[in-house]
Amino acid sequence: MVKKYITLPISEQELVELKAGELVFLSGTLYTARDAAHKRITEALENNQKTPFELKDSAIYYTGPAPAKEGEIIGVCGPTSSSRMDEYTPKLLEMGVKIMIGKGNRSQYVIESMKKNKAVYLCAVGGAAAIIKKYIKSAEVIAYEDLGTEAVRKLDVENFPLIVCIDSKGNSLFRR
Amino acid sequence: MKIIHSDQILSAVKELIFCCVVNVENQACELLRQIQEDNEPAKWALDQIIENIDFAKQNNLPPCQDTGLAVFFLEVGQDVHITGGYIEDILNEAVRQSYTQNYFRKSTLDPLTRVNYNDNAPAIINTRIVKGDKLSIHFLAKGAGSENMGALYLLTPSKGRQGIIDSVVDCVQKAGANPCPPIIIGVGVGGDMEKACIMAKYALTRPTGTPSKDEDVKQLEKEILQAVNNLGIGVQGFGGKNTAISVAVEKFATHIGMLPVAVNIQCYSARHGKIVL
Repeated sequence: MVKKYITLPISEQELVELKAGELVFLSGTLYTARDAAHKRITEALENNQKTPFELKDSAIYYTGPAPAKEGEIIGVCGPTSSSRMDEYTPKLLEMGVKIMIGKGNRSQYVIESMKKNKAVYLCAVGGAAAIIKKYIKSAEVIAYEDLGTEAVRKLDVENFPLIVCIDSKGNSLFRR
Repeated sequence: MKIIHSDQILSAVKELIFCCVVNVENQACELLRQIQEDNEPAKWALDQIIENIDFAKQNNLPPCQDTGLAVFFLEVGQDVHITGGYIEDILNEAVRQSYTQNYFRKSTLDPLTRVNYNDNAPAIINTRIVKGDKLSIHFLAKGAGSENMGALYLLTPSKGRQGIIDSVVDCVQKAGANPCPPIIIGVGVGGDMEKACIMAKYALTRPTGTPSKDEDVKQLEKEILQAVNNLGIGVQGFGGKNTAISVAVEKFATHIGMLPVAVNIQCYSARHGKIVL
C-alpha cells in the first residue's frame, strides 16, 4: 500500500496526486461537522452570512464525538456515514472544501462535484473511534455550541491514518 | 410471586449498559478475528477494527462514538411484582445516569425540532409478558449508521423462500459500505408489519453466530449468509468475501395473503447483553 504523509492545508499538487486506495497520514487542522452543522452552514451560505470557518482549502471531518472526560482533549471520535451529508456537499465543494473525511460511499453527483472542484474523500474506519482519539492533539468548539456533539469543532490532528476512498479523478475504492 | 425493587433494577441496568457499550460482544469479536481478506485496504481496515476493539476494552472506552439509541427487550414473568417505581421510568433513568456518568454520547432528540435531549433517554422499550417469576432485560446500543440501512419488504406469498433471500440481499446491497460491514443481519419473517420489524431487531439479541434451533430456519440463515457474502462488499465496503459475519432469522405465523420480511442491520460492533433478575 502506498503511504503518504500530508500536512494541511493540502496543496493542489498533493491533492491531484492522491489515488484511491492510498493510505494517508494526515496532520494539521480539521473542522468537524455532521448533519445539523451542515444544515446551518448551508443556511449561512444561502443568507450570505459568515461560515464558522473559512471553507476555502478546508478539510471537514464528519463526526460527532463522545464527551471528553475531565482532563481529556476529546471523547472517542470516529467517522459517521458520509452519505447523509451528500445533499449539502456540492455547495461546500464549490466554496473550496478540499478534503472530506467520513465512512461509507457517496452519491454519483457528489463524485461529479469532486471531479469538477478538485476534492478528495478520505475514510477512517467506521466504528474504530477509540484509537482515533490518539491522533487528536487539540479540540475546540468554534460554532453552534447548542448542537452539543454536532457543534463545529476545530481539531488539530497528527498522523491521522486514513484511506483515499474517492480521489479527485472520481476513482473509487467502493464497489458500486 | 417475586418482588423486585426498582433500586435493584436501576443499579443492575446501569452496570449492564456500561458493560455492553464498552465491550463488543465476545462472539462477534471471535468471528471478526477469524476473518481473512486478500486486498490491502480491507486488511488494513480489519487490523484497525481489531486494534480498536482491544484498545476500547482495555481502557473502558466505547469502541464507537455512536453509543446508540438504548433499546431494551424486556421479558416480564407474570409472577413478578415490581415495586418502587414504574419499569419504563427506571430503565430511562438507568440510561440517563449511565450515559452521563460514563461520558457516552447523547444522541436522542425530538424528531421534528431536532433539539437534543442531552441524556440519551428515552429508550426504545419492547415488553413481553412471559410465564414464570423472572425479569429478563436485554439491552442493545443501536447506532444510526446501521439502523438507517434496515428495510421492510411486504412480499406477496408467491415470492416464497427465494423472495425472502432476495429481499435481504437487496437490503444489504443498497446499504453497501454505510452500515460498517462486516455486518450482522437480523431478519423477521412473517407476522404483520410491526411484528416482522420487532422480530428482526430481536434476532440481533441472539449471540452472534448462533444458529436458529429450528432446522428449516437454520438452513435459511445459511443460504442468506452465502447470498449476502456473494455480493463482494467486504470489510468497510472495500471489496471481499466478508460482507456479513452472521444472519439470525426469527419467524412467526402470518396471513395467507402476506409474507412480511424485515431486515435489521447491526454493524460489526455488536454491543448488547442480558441480565436476569
